[in-house]
Amino acid sequence: MKIHNFKGGVHPPHSKNTMNCPSVSIGVREKIIIPMVQHIGAPCQALVKKGDYVKVGQVIGNTDAFVSAPIHSSVSGTVTAVEERIISGSRPVVCVEIKPDGLQAVSEDIAPPVVDSRESFIRAVRDSGLTGLGGAGFPAHVKLNPPKGVKIDTLIINAAECEPYITSDYRECLENTADIFEGINHVLKWTGIPRAIIGIEDNKPEAIKKLSEAANGFSNITVARLKSRYPQGAEKMLIKALTGREVPPGKLPHDVSCLVMNVASVAFIAGYLRTGMPLIQKRVTVDGSAVRNPGNVLVLIGTPIKDVIGSCGGYSSEPGKLIMGGPMMGVSLYSDDLPVMKYTNAILAFDSRDGSIPDEYPCIRCGRCVRACPMNLLPFEIDRLVRARMYDGLESVNITDCIECGCCVYTCPSKRLIVQSIRLGKDIVRRKAKK
Amino acid sequence: MDNLINVSSSPHIRSGVTTRRLMLDVIIALIPASAAGIYFFGLRAALLIAVTVASCVLFEYLTRKALKRSNTIGDLSAVVTGLLLALNLPPELPLWMAIIGSFFAIVIVKQLFGGIGQNFLNPALAARAFLVISYGTRMTTWTQPSTYAAADAVSFATPLGALKEGGQLPDLIDMFIGNIGGSTGETSALALIIGGIYLLARGVITWHIPVVYIGTAGLFAWILGRDGLLTGNPLFHVLAGGLMIGAIFMATDYTTSPMTVKGMVIYAAGCGILTILFRMYTNMPEGVSYAILLMNVAVPIIDRFTKPGRFGGAANV
Repeated sequence: MKIHNFKGGVHPPHSKNTMNCPSVSIGVREKIIIPMVQHIGAPCQALVKKGDYVKVGQVIGNTDAFVSAPIHSSVSGTVTAVEERIISGSRPVVCVEIKPDGLQAVSEDIAPPVVDSRESFIRAVRDSGLTGLGGAGFPAHVKLNPPKGVKIDTLIINAAECEPYITSDYRECLENTADIFEGINHVLKWTGIPRAIIGIEDNKPEAIKKLSEAANGFSNITVARLKSRYPQGAEKMLIKALTGREVPPGKLPHDVSCLVMNVASVAFIAGYLRTGMPLIQKRVTVDGSAVRNPGNVLVLIGTPIKDVIGSCGGYSSEPGKLIMGGPMMGVSLYSDDLPVMKYTNAILAFDSRDGSIPDEYPCIRCGRCVRACPMNLLPFEIDRLVRARMYDGLESVNITDCIECGCCVYTCPSKRLIVQSIRLGKDIVRRKAKK
Repeated sequence: MDNLINVSSSPHIRSGVTTRRLMLDVIIALIPASAAGIYFFGLRAALLIAVTVASCVLFEYLTRKALKRSNTIGDLSAVVTGLLLALNLPPELPLWMAIIGSFFAIVIVKQLFGGIGQNFLNPALAARAFLVISYGTRMTTWTQPSTYAAADAVSFATPLGALKEGGQLPDLIDMFIGNIGGSTGETSALALIIGGIYLLARGVITWHIPVVYIGTAGLFAWILGRDGLLTGNPLFHVLAGGLMIGAIFMATDYTTSPMTVKGMVIYAAGCGILTILFRMYTNMPEGVSYAILLMNVAVPIIDRFTKPGRFGGAANV
């Protein structure tokens, strides 16, 4: 079997410690916090107020904006607060706090959607609240509905899971194989895409075996082995590795006739079309040096991270860093009171040693960042320009091409915070463009 | 929100490679060559190494202090410069000259341009070139290896000197082992190759610069032979003079070599061609240091023309 690959990248230790930990449901906890921003795009307005009684699957947040997805309650219980809070990033967002009654009474609105056309399929996916489950959180129905005239010839299912530590997609492949294929078939059928490729890194032989066996039953679905190399699962690298096509700067996968969906996302679609139960639960890997019993858990969206870690034996030492997502691209959190989101695929807690930020030293021009950058950028040069406040030069070094994968920082012997500089520089370029 | 946790920009993990570790690896890789130098040229070579290393570290410390900047001797780069400088000097060079070389390397070439990562010339090579210009006679007075059987130990020709002057050429095996005249650390190809293999295995350098440099030099030595085209002895030129230490340890200096593989190949090929041109067509017997210094200066241009193509930039839609 051919092994697909891309240029650049790094090879961090896989640390897939939880590969053999089957997903365990942690049930309903004492408090649920659901922010009205769970995706890239327009925030939702809260449709409930303090004192309301809500049921499982009930829509509690929605908006008319196209790039958005509704938000559902993951529990039955009483709304105890609707207020602005800081989740991650600096801007406060409206959060709905619910005190569960433990009954998990299901909303009367829950029923399998009627799907008989492309339009009704896309509407159903929007109603399901599905946003990309791989970590980016882009509303799924938007991807399924490309602009008129765009022809898509390949559906790529992202099961690469190139981030260290995370095994939730791997467990999805093993535990939910049938739904993955059912979901792929729904997408192929209603969007008219002729074929699907499931891309998975070759450090997961058991999942490759299971998926390949299942794929034997379908002539238009193939399983492709990817070289285990970070960031193999980044959309542009994945498309390049599997089809040889490069998404041009500023363009989207559909510009090279591809649609990329996460493996858990398609499996969810299958379940949703069967039951009508929207996105209220996530499979999450809990790991890191400060977690006592790492594992995979099924968590109701909105459950505080504290409770998720508590279900894994709690902290084994004082956490020095808390990360939602993987160690390469995940977001560090300031508190474990923050909730699990739709896009959460892992929660990592590192002790103070693993979580410390190393001192920076001067760039020695070794070129490791240049050779590691999968987007062919000159990371050291962008870093230099941003720090020297030479903002006019930023566009000429293609700063907006950066996918923030972090390979440059990972490989830098001087431990320079290049991605931090690039984020700052991108923001400056964006603000200049608005003027 | 009782206890707040530190936040930072991703990524949250780093590779184990540090500047200090890289420099330490270079020092380890230079141990065989240093040991060979001491073996062939005696304890005077050890004294020379000790003096240049100590003076480089001291100059680094003092300059940083005078410029009110952070102390950087912990990154070990000054130790590497000192070590490389000694290995590129004649073993009997007066110690005060060696100290002047250290001063030039650390203060003038490195720190006045901003310290580590900012110099555009290889400090040790620039210092060597400075000393050759300033003290030409002493810089070309070579010592016979103590293991060599002849009597006259003061003036002794290097293989390249012998080639230029028409003297007796040494045995290739002696050249490989290092039993010949030359700079303290350049004579033993064997010791230098062992160090090079260590650097490759540790991932400190890639094969491109040393292999292309040595390969190009060998090829051009053969093409531009003394007795007409395609008559040269590539093996002699590869083993003679500073080519090995230059290709493995000097041309691979991060700061003064290109960033991309393509750039490295162009740069190394340029070093190889220039080395042979200097050796063949100038009145200097050796050309490695000038070849590398010239190519150091060309690095910004090479970097500009070998910039990797933009991802998705080619029309492939």
